[in-house]
Amino acid sequence: MLNRTADSVARATPEPLARRVRGISDKGLAWLFISPTILLLLAINIFPLFWAIYLSFTNYRANRPNEVVKNLGLSNYKRILGDQDIWIAMQTTAHFVFWTILLQTLIGFTLAWLIDRKFRGHAFWTTIILVPMMLSPAVVGNFWRFLYEPQIGLFAYAISFVSGIPPTDIQMLSNVSLAPWSIIIVDTWMWTPYVMLICLAGLRSIPEYIYEAAEVDRASNWRQFWSITLPMALPFIMLAVLFRGIENFKMFDMVNLLTGGGPGSTTEVASITLKRQAFESWRTGYSSAFAIILFVAVFGLANIYVKALNKVKQR
Amino acid sequence: MKSTLKLTLGLASAMLASTAVSNVAHAEDLTLCWAAWDPANALVELSKDFTKESGIGMKFEFVPWTNYADRFLNELNSKGKLCDLIIGDSQWIGGAAENGHYVKLNDFFDKEKISMDDFVPATVVGYSEWPKNSPNYWALPAMGDVVGWTYRKDWFSKPELQKEFKEKYGWDLAAPTTFDQLKQIAEFFQKREIDGKTVYGASIYTERGSEGITMGAMDVLYSFGFKYENPEKPYEMDGFVNSEKSVKGLEFYKALYDCCTPPGASNSYMGEGVDAFKSGQVAMHMNFAFTWPGLQKDENVGGDKIGYFANPKGPDGDQFAQLGGQGISVVSYSDKQESALKYIKWFANKDVQAKWWSLGGFSCLNAVVKDPNFPASQPYAQTFLDSMAIVKDFWAEPSYAPLLQASQKRFHDYVVAGQGSAKDALDGLVKDWTQVFQDDGKM
Repeated sequence: MLNRTADSVARATPEPLARRVRGISDKGLAWLFISPTILLLLAINIFPLFWAIYLSFTNYRANRPNEVVKNLGLSNYKRILGDQDIWIAMQTTAHFVFWTILLQTLIGFTLAWLIDRKFRGHAFWTTIILVPMMLSPAVVGNFWRFLYEPQIGLFAYAISFVSGIPPTDIQMLSNVSLAPWSIIIVDTWMWTPYVMLICLAGLRSIPEYIYEAAEVDRASNWRQFWSITLPMALPFIMLAVLFRGIENFKMFDMVNLLTGGGPGSTTEVASITLKRQAFESWRTGYSSAFAIILFVAVFGLANIYVKALNKVKQR
Repeated sequence: MKSTLKLTLGLASAMLASTAVSNVAHAEDLTLCWAAWDPANALVELSKDFTKESGIGMKFEFVPWTNYADRFLNELNSKGKLCDLIIGDSQWIGGAAENGHYVKLNDFFDKEKISMDDFVPATVVGYSEWPKNSPNYWALPAMGDVVGWTYRKDWFSKPELQKEFKEKYGWDLAAPTTFDQLKQIAEFFQKREIDGKTVYGASIYTERGSEGITMGAMDVLYSFGFKYENPEKPYEMDGFVNSEKSVKGLEFYKALYDCCTPPGASNSYMGEGVDAFKSGQVAMHMNFAFTWPGLQKDENVGGDKIGYFANPKGPDGDQFAQLGGQGISVVSYSDKQESALKYIKWFANKDVQAKWWSLGGFSCLNAVVKDPNFPASQPYAQTFLDSMAIVKDFWAEPSYAPLLQASQKRFHDYVVAGQGSAKDALDGLVKDWTQVFQDDGKM
């Protein structure tokens, strides 16, 4: 049946085309099939990257189409690396990445460990825990903005109930010290389930017989955790940290929705600065250079991290 | 049978003809781009008359203020054909003229006998001219606007509050004429219980993302003596932007923010201000005049409960206000420039301008605003006239965007985040603005 179909397809192929196809090797055919994808990738990923690299050496501004584009050499890069505001934005980003990863990993792993106990109704609770992750960041941002409202927000009232501080004094988004934490709280609320899922996959991949052998050796629960659970789940935890680290390094939506980078510049992470330079100040060349620096930084750090991850896996 | 055939053919022809006509009309439809706000709704209403008169349909593309500049500047920069007519912000005029986004209207005005002398001078300079104070016109003044204040007349007239205020400050509680008085009133109302509700002094602009805090701070700084540059030497800013008087003005704005705004008002602009006033949170409210018709009609705070006053005087008696508003321009990438110019000609007509005002738009035509009946036509009309007489505007240079971003950052860092001093903020602003003009080759 299959041969008959193949024959009829072959017969239906026009003779000139059939002659040409017969002359193509398997490798050639493979290239033929993947070439549309490669072309698309080149057009929407690789070309813009090289174009951005070219622009980063110029004074090009997208809102001045008639202006002569001058080559500035490394001037944009020098200005960025000497710009104090850029370094402050990088510090803010690092602070944000560090605390979100720490909290999400700790809470995510703990939740995964608890869910892995397979108590009654654990499937239901797993689904409930996953809900924040399923929401759109735009919805989450607006939703938490209302929760944080000092006059009508539930968050302020809850804190007030516990601490006795008047709710109008709990200004999460307006206070310089609290605003960065308001974003960390929301990001942790939203993305801890994601870390939990990856950790849960790690915990479930540990063979049961290892624990049974440990039981036979009379290893305590604590010893089992440190000697079996944690080392064997570590590659998964590190993978979750890598994913969240890359995501949070380029975090934009939540910050933009909650604080817009404010108050002042206290929550202005690198991506917000980049957006302002590129699409509000229209310094396209300058912002391209900044984007390239960010790209190299993330790429470099991720590479080092992946090497470390591979070493852990090989242990 | 024959008659049935005839009827069928007739109907088919009529349908074809009507489709063709509607297609032709559709092809001639003009798209007008503007911000999504109350005056835009009034313009939709007004433009129905244009369609009736000319047969040209009107489509509208309205974008919320927070995305208005991003959206339409992107459109213009990419030479898009979405907008045939655009009501662009006053600060865009330099860039739009120099980058060829707008059609120059001088020849058209001459041909159609439209004279810029017939419009309020400040709006011609602010919305139409580039370079400023030169007879090069790129827009027709369309929507006059200026920052002013509304206040709760009903609260101000409560006898017990009047008595208490007089005892405390020694003068009658009324609309302030100086910024000192404004702050005293704001302090008086801050966290006061009125009708069983805690209220606050004033709502002012503090928004970080677009232009909010710059519009608000400048509105105060002008009257304190702030100047953008040396009047004798363009682009020389040191000693003008960061003069002692400017520093005092910025300190005042921060003091007003710290003492007298509602909790959490660290990112307020037009919409948030209107919400604060409408919900009965504040005694006074800084906002552009376009918000006044809507507030006047509001059931809870409008009517007899609301009053209006122009920006108060500074310490030396100077009185200025931040210009808002826009002119209407023909986009040079449009394929329908002729129809778009017809719209501008129609819009410049006196009767149309009078109707524009009656629908809630703010006309810039002298014949309308200098009409003897104008001040009494609306409760806010006189305040609008007083305010338009004292306007100043932000830079309208082609580089207005980075100039604005710099002031947004410097002002928000100081006023809202409390980082550094007013002097630091203004010195930093001089540095940033100098860099922008150096990049432009103007310094």
